[in-house]
This record gives sequence, structure tokens and C-alpha cells, in this order.
Amino acid sequence: MPDLLLELFSEEIPARMQAKAADDLRRLVTDKLVAEGLVYEGAKAFATPRRLALTVHGIPARQPDLKTERRGPKVGAPDAAVQGFLKATGLKSLDEAKIQRDPKGDFYIGLIEKPGRDAIDVLAEILPVIIRTFPWPKSMRWGARSGKPGSLNWVRPLHAITATFGLETEEPDVVKFSVDGIETGQTTYGHRFLAPAPIQVRRFEDYEAKLLDAKVVLDPERRKDAILTDAKQLAFAQGFELVEDQNLLDEVAGLVEWPVVLMGSFEPEFLATPGEVIRATIRNNQKCFVVSDPKTGKFANKFILVANIEASDGGKTIIAGNERVIRARLSDAKFFYETDLKTKLEERLPKFEQIVFHEKLGTQAARIKRIERLAAEIAPLVGADVAKTTRAARLAKTDLLTEVVGEFPEVQGLMGKYYALAQGEDASVAAACEEHYKPQGPADRVPTDPVSVAVALADKIDTLVGFWAIDEKPTGSKDPYALRRAALGVIRLIAENALRLSLMKVAASALAGLSVQPAEASKLPSDLLAFFADRLKVQLREQGARHDLVDAVFALGGQDDLLMIVRRVEALGKFLDSDDGKNLLAGIKRASNILAIEEKKDKRTFDGAPDAALYGLTEEKALAKAIDEVKAEAGAAVAKEDFAAAMSAMAKLRPPVDAFFDKVRVNDDDSRVRENRLKLLNEIRSATRAVADFSKIQD
Amino acid sequence: MDASLPAHMRPERSFQGFILALQRFWAEQGCVILQPYDMEMGAGTFHPATTLRALGPKPWNAAYVQPSRRPKDGRYGENPNRMQHYYQFQVIMKPSPPNLQELYLKSLAAIGIDSAVHDIRFVEDDWESPTLGAWGLGWECWCDGMEVSQFTYFQQVAGFECAPVAGELTYGLERLAMYVQGVDRVYDLNFNGRDGDQKVTYGDVFLQAEQEYSRHNFEYADTAMLFEQFKMAEAACKKYLDAGWREGGNRKQHLMALPAYDQCIKASHVFNLLDARGVISVTERQSYILRVRELAKACGEAWIHTEAGGAA
Repeated sequence: MPDLLLELFSEEIPARMQAKAADDLRRLVTDKLVAEGLVYEGAKAFATPRRLALTVHGIPARQPDLKTERRGPKVGAPDAAVQGFLKATGLKSLDEAKIQRDPKGDFYIGLIEKPGRDAIDVLAEILPVIIRTFPWPKSMRWGARSGKPGSLNWVRPLHAITATFGLETEEPDVVKFSVDGIETGQTTYGHRFLAPAPIQVRRFEDYEAKLLDAKVVLDPERRKDAILTDAKQLAFAQGFELVEDQNLLDEVAGLVEWPVVLMGSFEPEFLATPGEVIRATIRNNQKCFVVSDPKTGKFANKFILVANIEASDGGKTIIAGNERVIRARLSDAKFFYETDLKTKLEERLPKFEQIVFHEKLGTQAARIKRIERLAAEIAPLVGADVAKTTRAARLAKTDLLTEVVGEFPEVQGLMGKYYALAQGEDASVAAACEEHYKPQGPADRVPTDPVSVAVALADKIDTLVGFWAIDEKPTGSKDPYALRRAALGVIRLIAENALRLSLMKVAASALAGLSVQPAEASKLPSDLLAFFADRLKVQLREQGARHDLVDAVFALGGQDDLLMIVRRVEALGKFLDSDDGKNLLAGIKRASNILAIEEKKDKRTFDGAPDAALYGLTEEKALAKAIDEVKAEAGAAVAKEDFAAAMSAMAKLRPPVDAFFDKVRVNDDDSRVRENRLKLLNEIRSATRAVADFSKIQD
Repeated sequence: MDASLPAHMRPERSFQGFILALQRFWAEQGCVILQPYDMEMGAGTFHPATTLRALGPKPWNAAYVQPSRRPKDGRYGENPNRMQHYYQFQVIMKPSPPNLQELYLKSLAAIGIDSAVHDIRFVEDDWESPTLGAWGLGWECWCDGMEVSQFTYFQQVAGFECAPVAGELTYGLERLAMYVQGVDRVYDLNFNGRDGDQKVTYGDVFLQAEQEYSRHNFEYADTAMLFEQFKMAEAACKKYLDAGWREGGNRKQHLMALPAYDQCIKASHVFNLLDARGVISVTERQSYILRVRELAKACGEAWIHTEAGGAA
């Protein structure tokens, strides 16, 4: 079966858009082919800075013929209806129609045969539409045609379209169409500098090979492999190690058609600047890789660049040019760093008075004061020194105003730590400048130093309470202030450090510190708590744990000690994995179901202690006894926060509960006995509420 | 590069030779070579030959040097490549020709940048000027890892769609010349291409000016006067715009777009000076930018109702 080759040759496509564009092209073309009844065998798309290419192989040469039946008017219908029917079906007269009988009468049926079209004609119809409506994130007009309405929009000027279709054994045909004055053909171009001449191509195989001869590596994966291999070798040959960087590799591979890896160096004096700053400079501004010295584990005074040409001087000029720029950039970075060191962090604080954090939440200065106060309150609860915590909270944001962070936002926090250490701050205070931002995501490390923990909690809780107060909560996919991440951060800080604190109290205190107060301030902490519960559920779900157990624990009410909630959930999860747990859950559910039905029937609840005098059966007495014991034992265990022990106690309920349901009929004819038995069932439920509301657990 | 040039005119030896080579190259591509606009402005884009001429259907090809003033970038002459006054070389071609990239590469060859040994790259950079209400897509052009030009296809200027689209090239002249001459400090550039006591450096010409203007921009510029000037320029711009509509404001033809636009340029520069003096707060800043943009938009609207702007 024939294959399609499509190439869209343009001016330089932004690196960050290439992968998605290739994917979109493949998806749009193949979806449309399938919709047109052309089921293909395989498709692959590629992107370089100057072209998007697609090969679809095994496309049937023709669409299958389509036969459809169309129901017409009743036999004997007025002429207007008949004429309409003939026109719609293309029949010459009613003689060509069939008559079909159904309960409503006899109807004309027209058979419409739509012969399949040649695939190449279908392609000539669908490809220009796809090109005209291509989903670029940003597109533009250009040239003389842009003076008229309806001109083509493309990511950058589009120059040529190659589109061929045919069998491997034959000379393929050009899929003929034109878009905005560009006629399809078989001509493309090689590398902009190394082989700019036009190239005639037939089909994908010779296309890819001829491009390679013309110094264009079509497949981005091959370019990446080549860059990575060469970069590693080049570093290794000089006794260094490449510092790998996938995002940078992806970007660089999108900036070249013919990658040539070269190594340059800079003055070793620059290594006195923090490594992260060197890396950010070389990476962000110059899109070059850094290398490390395996002996010291630190960066070496070398960098690796990826050029797009094989230069006639072997790359000497290119290396020298890049070295000049990197030297100038590192010199700037060094200057920024040294300038920053001249100003004490606390001297930067007054400037925050002028910086608005959020128009409804006031300035950064006000925010820092709030965090400082809250952190000092949290400090004793997490075992942190109050003075150090206060100091850390005051300094933690100051590096935002430094030159280095202004230039490289990604080193915020880290620079704070360096500057704090340089001005002789306590090690914990310095660490907190960096760590109070953590954890940034599910994979990020959770700080353990109590000072960092206190400031991190204060920072996140202030943010959450603040945005809750001004009603800027996350909705759906929108979470511009990363509040979900902040809440998850709080959960992990508490759980992983085994901290005991009442979230409601801390939230209330944070709220009291705000200058704006929401309309229903008293509801805010519990509202926020529900958000934490949701986050906890999401986190457990992502870990593959049972998130319904969170509901079972929260349903007990008054739970705002996250650590205890997490512990209860863990113990409950383990218990429910055991046979005892599963059976007890079944028993409790049965009891709850019976109670629910009877409560509805009698329109009353069955609270209150059962009357021991009314027990008639041994199983009743045994259950009552077991409930009393378990209540005492589980209650004591919960008081000691030993949830595993509480669960073990709970397990003792299982045999008497099973025996009760086996032998005892709850709906006894004697209404007093029945009521007493229902009260007993209710007791099971209340006994188990020592650890969780089992009715909220899903089966 | 033209081999017949005397040594002191060669672009790799002489800053003025470098400028002349660029002018000559673009003259040969059919551009009119203009002289700098006689007002202070932050970038070559502000020149009416770009901002206004980019609007309307009439073809327009021009190239010129524009002294660019960025008061905030002053460093008292102490930074090797940051200045409050520098030169931009600006090319505008409307409609953008299909071979604009090739022309650009040839212009680099004309100033001594050979694509056989230099790594030239087009790296995504979308351009936007909030004060001009303008945006376009294009690249920053890299030579061996250094940004040497901006390349933009204007999509909108002064809030109006460009139809047809103009292609704009901006060369940072000092930076490029430093690269070609192989010097690390802008003030060491050889300005006239001569040697010995005949040699004039960029520092000889501009160092004192950088020091004086840095003092002025950061410390002494009269802010009370500048605030007043901003208001006056804004009012004058509006006044000229109102007065320029022919026959009692039927908004069909405008007769004073250019003088009105001068006042918009003026307001923009005064704002930059006030900004450098640090007397404009973050929130005010936004509103000043908006006020200049409103002027630019109104001037753009007037322009498209003039003869050169394409009014019938």
C-alpha cells in the first residue's frame, strides 16, 4: 500500500514548540485519514528547527465505497415531498427507489452509493485544512500576502511544502494542493549553511537519507543521542564528567539540525562564585552544559556547547566567541554575587515596604512580619529555638532583592543561605533561608531542622490562610498561587517530622494576623481543614493507599491534628487488610444497615445503654461484654495514641459480632427485646467510633 | 566584505566603517538610508520611520542608525558594555521580503561575520513593546552564543494590525563591533579605524558623556520639571491629534499625525528619565506606560488616515 511523505519547511521554529507540533501533525493527519475510512499501518513525525515532517505508511490507495439507505416519503405522498426526496438522493425517478413496508405504511427507500475516492484526492483535500488550522501556541503572518485578509498563519514564515504519495516500487505522485500561494512539490532544502541547495525527494526513505547527506539529522531523538554521547566523550577525554540536564538537552536539540559538540573553558577564578550560579549562568543564558571534576565532585572551569555547523576552522572561532560571552556573563554573575555580599540581608528589609505581595494582602514587608510572628508561635510546638526561628523568618525572603536572584530566580532561597552564612548567621538560620520553601513538590525533600520546619510551616500556612481570607481558592485546574502544593507541603512537614499541632489553632492565629478579615472568619479554619483532608486523600490515592479511610477518620469530627489523622489512617488501613478487619467491617456494616432500616421504620434512633436484664441469649450477653471490654481497651489505647493496639482491641469484637448475627434474630416479636437488640447494635457502632466512622469506609 | 576598502574603513577595524558597511549593504537592497531622528528615544523602533511607517498598505524599505537612550542603563562609564546612550541600526522592510533571513545573513557577511566559521542561530524571542502597543514574533540572532540582533515580524503596532507585515531588524552596533574588533570594553572600540595618535576610540567620544548623563539621570534630572513636561507633552499630543482631523473631525483624513507623534516620543523619554530617578512607584509605573500607549495608539490611528499611512 502507498505511503505519504509530508514536509513543512519554514523559518526557525521555537525549540519548545517542536515536539508538540510534530505530535499534533501526526495526530491530526492520521485522525482525519481514519475518519475518511483510510486505515493506515503506521505513522511517525519529526521536527527540526526548520521543518516538520510526517510519514504515514500503508494507506489504502482508495477509500472503500459507501452505501447508505435513505428513507423517503410514504407511497402516495404529495409531489413536493417526492421531488425533495429525489433531489436529496440523486435518483432520477421513483422507479429507482425501493419500497419498504413497516407498521406505519409503505415508504420509498433510496439507496445512495458513494464510491470511494482515491486516497491522494482525499489527502489533497484534508492536508491544506490541517495546515491552515494548525494549533500553534503562537502564530504569525508575513510577506506581501499578509496585506489581505485570510492569509495563512504559521509559527514563522512557511516556505515550502513537500507532499508525495505512492508505492515503494513506483515513482510517487505529488499530492497537489496549495496553501497561501505555496504549491506542493518534491523540493526541500538541506542545512542552512552547510548544504543550502535544493534537494529532490521521492518518499520518506530517500528523504531522510538525502537530508542526512545535506547535514540535517531529521529525528530529534537521534540528535539528542548524538549530543549526549559526544558531550560525555568530550568531557571524559579531558578527565571530566558531563553534568546531564535533560531539559537543556531537549532544548539544544531543537536549536540545531547538525549538532557539533565543542568544549570551551573559562578562568578558574570564576569558580569562587557558587556552583549553582555558574550553572544557571551557563545554562540559562548560553544554553551550554557544565562539567564536573570527578575527583572533587565540583564544577570544572569548562563548558560544553552545541554548535549547528562544522566550521572550516574546526570550531576555534566558535569556541573563542562562546568563551568571550561566558566570561562576560560569569563576570556579571560574579559582580552580582560580590555586590550582594556587601549588603547585609536585614538591610534589604525596608525595600519590601514598597513591594506589593498581593493587592488585597498587602506588602511583602507585612507578609514577612506575619510569617515571623507565626513562626515564633509554631517554634515551641516543633522544638525550634524561638530566637533563631524569628531571625530566620525575618531573613528568609530577603534574597529576593539580591542581584543574583533578580537575574536567576531559580536560585532563590539557596542564595539566601549563602549570604546568611557569609554574614555569620547561625547554621540553622541559614539553612532555613533555603529550606523554608521546601517541599516544593511530591518528590522534594522535607526539611528536618526544627527552625526550617517552623518557618516553612509559617510561610505556607500564612499563604493558605491569606488566600482563603480573600477567597482566592484553587478551582478546577486553576491554582495560580500553588495553594495545593502549599497544603501538601504542610501535610508532609507534619507527617514526616511527626509533629503535633492543632491546625485549627495555628490557622486561627494566622487569620488574626491578617489585615483583611473575611465575612465569615470563624468558618475559615474548618474550611481550610477540609481542604487539607482533600489534599491528604489525593496524596494517599497517588500512593495507591485507600483514600476513603481519610473520610472515615475525619467523620469523627474535631480532628485537626494531622499527625494523628495520618496515624489513624495508617493503622486503619493495616487493620482492614487483615481477615479480622475485613470481617469486623462486614459485621459493622451489617449492624449499621439494620439500624438504618429500623431507625427509618420507627422514625427514631436507638441510642442509650441496652438493658442487661433483657438479654435472653448467650450471644447477646457475650457481645455486650465484648463491647464493654473493647470500648475500655480501645479507648485507653487511643488515649495513648497507640492506634495499632486500638485496632487489635477492635479485632476482639469480631467473634462475638459474628456469633450474634449467626444466632440472634434482631427483630424479635417482643418489641422490648427488639429495641434492646437494636440498642446493642448501636453500641457496636459507637464502640468502633473510638478509631473511625466505619460507615464511611467503602467495601 | 568589500576588499577594496582602505584599512581604516574596514568594519573589523573601524566603528564608523562598520556602520557605513551596513548602510551600504542595505542601500543596495533598495532601502532608503535615513539619518537618526532628531529626538531622544529608547530604541530605533520609536523612529516614525518604523513605528508609523509599519502601518498602512504602502511598501516601505528603510535603514538608519538611531541613538538610543536608556537612562536607567547608565553605569557612569564603569561597566564594559552597559550605557545609557548607544546606537541601534534599524532596518524595516514592508512587506517583509521572502528572503529576509538570507539578506540578514548577507549583511553579517558584509561586516565580516563569515557563516563558515561562525555559529549563527535564530533563537525564539517574541517582541513586545507595551508603550507602543506593538508586538511581533521573531528571534534573537546569535553569533557564537552572543545575541547580535533582533529579528521581528511586526504583527501589530499602535494597536493596529500590520497589513502587510513589516520585517524589522535591529543590530546592537557597539556589541557587534566589539565582537568584530575583538575588544572586551566598549570604550576601547576603535572609532575611526586609525592608528597611533590619529586613533579615536569610542571612549574618546562617549566616556565623558556617559559619566555626565549617569549623574544627570540618577541624581540631578529635575523631576518637577519632568513631571510637568510629561503632562505638557501628553496634552500637546492630544491637542494636535484633535486639531489634525480635517474638516471638523469627520475622521476621514488627518493632517498632523507626525507632530503629534513627536509629543508621544517626548512623553515616553520623559517617563524613562523619571523612572531612572526612581520617583515612579510600581503601581504608577503601569499607569504611565498605559498613558504613553494611549498616545501611541491615537497617533497610529491618525497616521493611517494620512497619505503616507495609506488613506485613499
